[in-house]
Amino acid sequence: MGLELYLDLLSQPCRAVYIFAKKNGIPFELRIVDLIKGQHLSDAFAQMNPLKKVPALKDGDFTLTESVAILLYLTRKYKVPDYWYPQDLQARARVDEYLAWQHTTLRRSCLRALWHKVMFPVFLGEPVSPQTLAATLAELDVNLQLLEDKFLQNKAFLTGPHISLADLVAITELMHPVGAGCQVFESRPKLATWRQRVEAAVGEDLFRDAHEVILKAKDFPPADPTIKQKLMPWVLAMIR
Amino acid sequence: MGLELYLNLLSQPSRAVYIFAKKNGIPFELRTVDIIKGQHRSKEFFQINSLQKVPVLKDGDFILTESSAILIYLSCKYQTADHWYPSDLQARARVHEYLGWHADCIRGTFGVPMWVQVLGPLIGVQVPEEKVERNRTAIDQALQWLENKFLGDRLFLAGQQVTLADLMALEELMQPVAVGYELFKGRPRLAAWRERVEAFLGAELCQETHSLILSILEQAAKKTLPTPPPEVYPTMLLRIARIP
Repeated sequence: MGLELYLDLLSQPCRAVYIFAKKNGIPFELRIVDLIKGQHLSDAFAQMNPLKKVPALKDGDFTLTESVAILLYLTRKYKVPDYWYPQDLQARARVDEYLAWQHTTLRRSCLRALWHKVMFPVFLGEPVSPQTLAATLAELDVNLQLLEDKFLQNKAFLTGPHISLADLVAITELMHPVGAGCQVFESRPKLATWRQRVEAAVGEDLFRDAHEVILKAKDFPPADPTIKQKLMPWVLAMIR
Repeated sequence: MGLELYLNLLSQPSRAVYIFAKKNGIPFELRTVDIIKGQHRSKEFFQINSLQKVPVLKDGDFILTESSAILIYLSCKYQTADHWYPSDLQARARVHEYLGWHADCIRGTFGVPMWVQVLGPLIGVQVPEEKVERNRTAIDQALQWLENKFLGDRLFLAGQQVTLADLMALEELMQPVAVGYELFKGRPRLAAWRERVEAFLGAELCQETHSLILSILEQAAKKTLPTPPPEVYPTMLLRIARIP
């Protein structure tokens, strides 16, 4: 059995892994783990990954979780073009810096924006107070500003003149609030042109393919009561 | 000007960077940034880091934030022993796997008790008991994962040797320990891990790095902690408000 990637394209980090593997022609078996059906909570999946999370990688006997770890593993094993994760010490440190920063900031606000704006009220039928939604969107705003001011600045890509893992992780995250109907790029021309550059570098067909699911998030039919009951503890733990 | 490290030993990620640099004999100028006094919000420090946080590394013109990025940079530039950040593909992946989970489940969570018991009261804010309880549960769950999934029956968190993962974890765990949380009680495997890491680092270095945080309760009781100036109140209040 070759490389297996356990993914659900609803998930931001899964999209980054998917795009990276496809873009670099890395051969893999795609194993879909349907989050809104609760497949990640099944015993079968827990056997493979006790943390019950996606993305997960299985390479022979070697199982790996955490998207950044997976991306770096794929980068090194499959010897992808240098610009994704440069050999140059300082250039690479810039990518490490972004990948570390995004975890507790942009990632968190993008996730909350999707769940507070769409998934809780529409999919789970759980109302979200206007104050909660407003606070979440305000936090998203702050992090988008930091993305522009601290990371992008006047560069073509987040860490320099070329696309890197940082851009891939960032763009897949921003598509979460886009999928929720938030105006992420409309009032931010700098970010909008950066998005175009990233999409062009990734390839528009692949980008569209990876984001088909999230862009339909607003239209998910409401969860039936059994599924909802199954998912609630996981959702509440995820959106602390 | 050689390597400069902008740190505060009250900060968990600052301590991880400090202890790594010291253990590996990496020469640096220590630039202490007094967070309680609000030095991180000064115009001078803004030039160093517009995010107004520590730790920060300055190597000539090169400025770098984020403790894990700094640790990786130092390990590569100063060619520290391989075990810290192994060159083996799978071993290195395990370090990154830990660091990813740490960002979600340890960072943020383990700092809360310090805010509840020391920093909040310093500006007259009391965190509701319900939140304190919720945090206690989150800490407990994280420790279970730490012990069962990451440590398991291995000597260290990402394998059989000390790595950057162990430093990051140890320094986060010291934070609630410093305000009286008995994290290692009833967790013999985790307690043994802690002893192994501290033995590897050396008692003297651990004492040097931890003495400030371990004296925090005493300082708070004696009222010898600095008074935060008004301009730091908004960020402190925001941090407290984010406690789930």
